[in-house]
Amino acid sequence: MRRGNWEEYQKSIADDNYYYARSCIRQNFFPGSEKAFLDIVANRLGRNIYDDPLHSSCTGIGYHSDIVPLDTIMAVVARQFALMNEAGYENLVSSCITSFGIYTEILSTWEEFPETEQRAAETLYKATGRTLVKPKNVAHTSDVIFHLRKQIAEQMTRPLINVRTGEPLRVVEHIGCHYAKIFPKKGIGGSEFPYVLAGMIESWGGEVVDYPERRHCCGFGFRNYLVQANRGYSVANSQKKLESMAPYRPDFIVCNCPGCAMFLDKWQYTIAEMEGTTYGQGGVGIPVLTYEEMAGLVLGYDPWQLGMQMHQVDVEPLLDKMGVEYDPATKYLGVNGKYIGKPEQAVVNGDCPSGFYSMLSL
Amino acid sequence: MATNFGFSISKPRVIDMDANNLRKSDDILASMPQLQSCIGCGACTASCTAGNLTSFNFRKVHTLVRRGEYTGVYEELNKCMLCGKCRLLCPRGINTRAAVMTIKRTLGDF
Repeated sequence: MRRGNWEEYQKSIADDNYYYARSCIRQNFFPGSEKAFLDIVANRLGRNIYDDPLHSSCTGIGYHSDIVPLDTIMAVVARQFALMNEAGYENLVSSCITSFGIYTEILSTWEEFPETEQRAAETLYKATGRTLVKPKNVAHTSDVIFHLRKQIAEQMTRPLINVRTGEPLRVVEHIGCHYAKIFPKKGIGGSEFPYVLAGMIESWGGEVVDYPERRHCCGFGFRNYLVQANRGYSVANSQKKLESMAPYRPDFIVCNCPGCAMFLDKWQYTIAEMEGTTYGQGGVGIPVLTYEEMAGLVLGYDPWQLGMQMHQVDVEPLLDKMGVEYDPATKYLGVNGKYIGKPEQAVVNGDCPSGFYSMLSL
Repeated sequence: MATNFGFSISKPRVIDMDANNLRKSDDILASMPQLQSCIGCGACTASCTAGNLTSFNFRKVHTLVRRGEYTGVYEELNKCMLCGKCRLLCPRGINTRAAVMTIKRTLGDF
């Protein structure tokens, strides 16, 4: 690739004063990640970021499932932009890859078809009395962490190094499809050579695993999991990736998309329960982290404060490799020390009754 | 019992040429070299009397056999009435009726 082409795939990321747009599903499946992001950016790195309680879902899930019409989602997005302007910000930071894809798609649509922007502005004004002002900069939260990765490296207390062997941890990075496959020039490195997570891993001492199905989709695809009968196709995509990466013996997977992190984590549980197959070392699954959890571990956060007890695949093998000190007794205690419940035993965490699956294959 | 989630993991529909045994396919080609000239236009299927009433598709069956996918082929070819209309239309002059019989003879044990 010519160097000139490569430069086209570098994006400008605002350095300060962010307006934060949360994700719908991350707060359920990775509840500590968004809190960790806000804490890292605001308290550790001294940036100004505003977490607005007024903003709503971008309705991307409904849009991609053909429930929410285009004009409706444009009006919702116009409202988010108006709220940002009212709060005095012009740099939008989205926590969700779907939302990031929606924002870039709608901004591009407005640019190509100005009449749609006018229509959205009118709808917004009629419905809420607000005025549409477009953001100057739209970035995903992984872009912001990428932008600040060197500052994080300066404060790093636990690099991505296996403390037993001294070798770098082998990390599989998985980029959400809506990050750069829709608009390649809106993502760092485009859709073919996305560098956003690889840059973090390299800066923090890890080794990026390159494997044949690296750019394959995780199988999230809204229509594929919303209908139960279609989920076999969804899980087959994750299985294709997991089978491809397993021979490279990765220590963990890191994702920048809420759906990818959720499905690569939870489909490992499903595959293990259905077929008895696990893809990690020692007969267990491969831990799946969000980039905020990875940054949090590197910066010395407590894994249970990062919400890592909510993962389907246990993260303890990774914590042991990184030399993270943790208290197993407090794993299932919430913020106020209240017991939050414990998941049942799972094959993916090595809790398989002996001979169970060998009996099935007879 | 393994857990029932109400769905199963979809198997890929990719034909793995490295895993398939092409010996029978090569035998068929050796006895009818003209099959090499098939361009897959589908005239045989379009004109097929049996295909008009059933899902029988000679182009599909032939393509699968050439790629080493033999399962169910013999039973599928039993749907052919041997009318020979396909032979009249084949732009490469392949004796498609003979091809049906050759494939059935070769794959009789599948």
